[in-house]
Amino acid sequence: MSRDDVLVSADWAEKNLGAENVVFVEVDEDTTAYDGGHIQGAVKINWKTELQDQVRRDFVNKEQFEALLSSKGIGTDDTVVLYGGNNNWFAAYAYWYFKLYGHRNVKLLDGGRKKWELDNRPYTTDVPQRPATSYTAQEQDRSIRAFRDDVVAAIGTQNLIDVRSPDEYAGRLLAPAHLPQEQAQRPGHVPTALSVPWSKAANEDGTFKTDDELRRIYGEAGLDDSKDTIAYCRIGERSSHTWFVLKELLGHQSVRNYDGSWTEYGSLVGVPVAIGDEPGKA
Amino acid sequence: MTMSTVDGCGAPDQAADLPASVDIAKETVITGTVRAGDAPVGGAYVRLLDSTGEFTAEVVTSPAGQFRFFAAPGTWTLRALSREGNGDTTVAAAQGLNEVAVPVR
Repeated sequence: MSRDDVLVSADWAEKNLGAENVVFVEVDEDTTAYDGGHIQGAVKINWKTELQDQVRRDFVNKEQFEALLSSKGIGTDDTVVLYGGNNNWFAAYAYWYFKLYGHRNVKLLDGGRKKWELDNRPYTTDVPQRPATSYTAQEQDRSIRAFRDDVVAAIGTQNLIDVRSPDEYAGRLLAPAHLPQEQAQRPGHVPTALSVPWSKAANEDGTFKTDDELRRIYGEAGLDDSKDTIAYCRIGERSSHTWFVLKELLGHQSVRNYDGSWTEYGSLVGVPVAIGDEPGKA
Repeated sequence: MTMSTVDGCGAPDQAADLPASVDIAKETVITGTVRAGDAPVGGAYVRLLDSTGEFTAEVVTSPAGQFRFFAAPGTWTLRALSREGNGDTTVAAAQGLNEVAVPVR
């Protein structure tokens, strides 16, 4: 796996608009950005209403995912190029989610909407009509998804990476600072988790840093690459960004994303929590 | 079906009124406008950096150039990137509403 297999540049994207068997997909939590203008030919996926079960807190199941992609006109063997706002958080989440359901050819557009806009590249409001397909998904690949018990078991034994901002890690903030701070869960982090904010991996324009820079960042943070790794944030989308860096760009063998993240962990009864800037003890 | 903003992680509409559920007495709100000269800059990317320069959050300004963060009391830097140019402003925020102008050039 190399960078070219998993990441495309804005230049590549602009040259491949409309290319056969390539589908651009914009993913966001709020799809009003798409409605106001998007990359030509791109279809949209709503993270909240289309990728989450609308009753239980979990993902849509395999059959629902197949129905969703079929209705979007995405074929099982198509190359899917994902992009979005928020520095590609939700696009990275969708990347991980597509991998979870076994999609083979999926890539991220480096820099997402931000880089595209700062480059002055064009948007359209035309919504493409893609004929429905008969999409086939695989069973969930649980080797890339962590659950709460996996996280508790990893305390003091595996790499835990908390990718939220330093103030969320320490417990001074309960949510990213564009959201209100009144929240139900306890503040803090999973004991022994290293604090490596997702943003360390990205340049200001939203593109990923070079492999050498990335290796240095996680090495200096104390990540032991002989161990398995679980990444988490608040709801699992920023940690998808870091999962992408560790698993897809740097090629670490065992990296899981804990999509329950702090909104689940910080609400659990009886689990250990550390507050302050230090990882804390197991 | 609608879920409240705290179920997600994307930024709410930057031009909307503060939701009624937000208790301004408990929140430290940092809000303002990005301008190039006198003209507001919509679609600018504004990030909130903590006192060590670390990224905390980012929003895209409304068509009228507005942004809003929910932070904690302390020193913060606002950094704006836009097609009109870039700019930084530092603010010492207190609990309640903090108004900040961010010029770009």
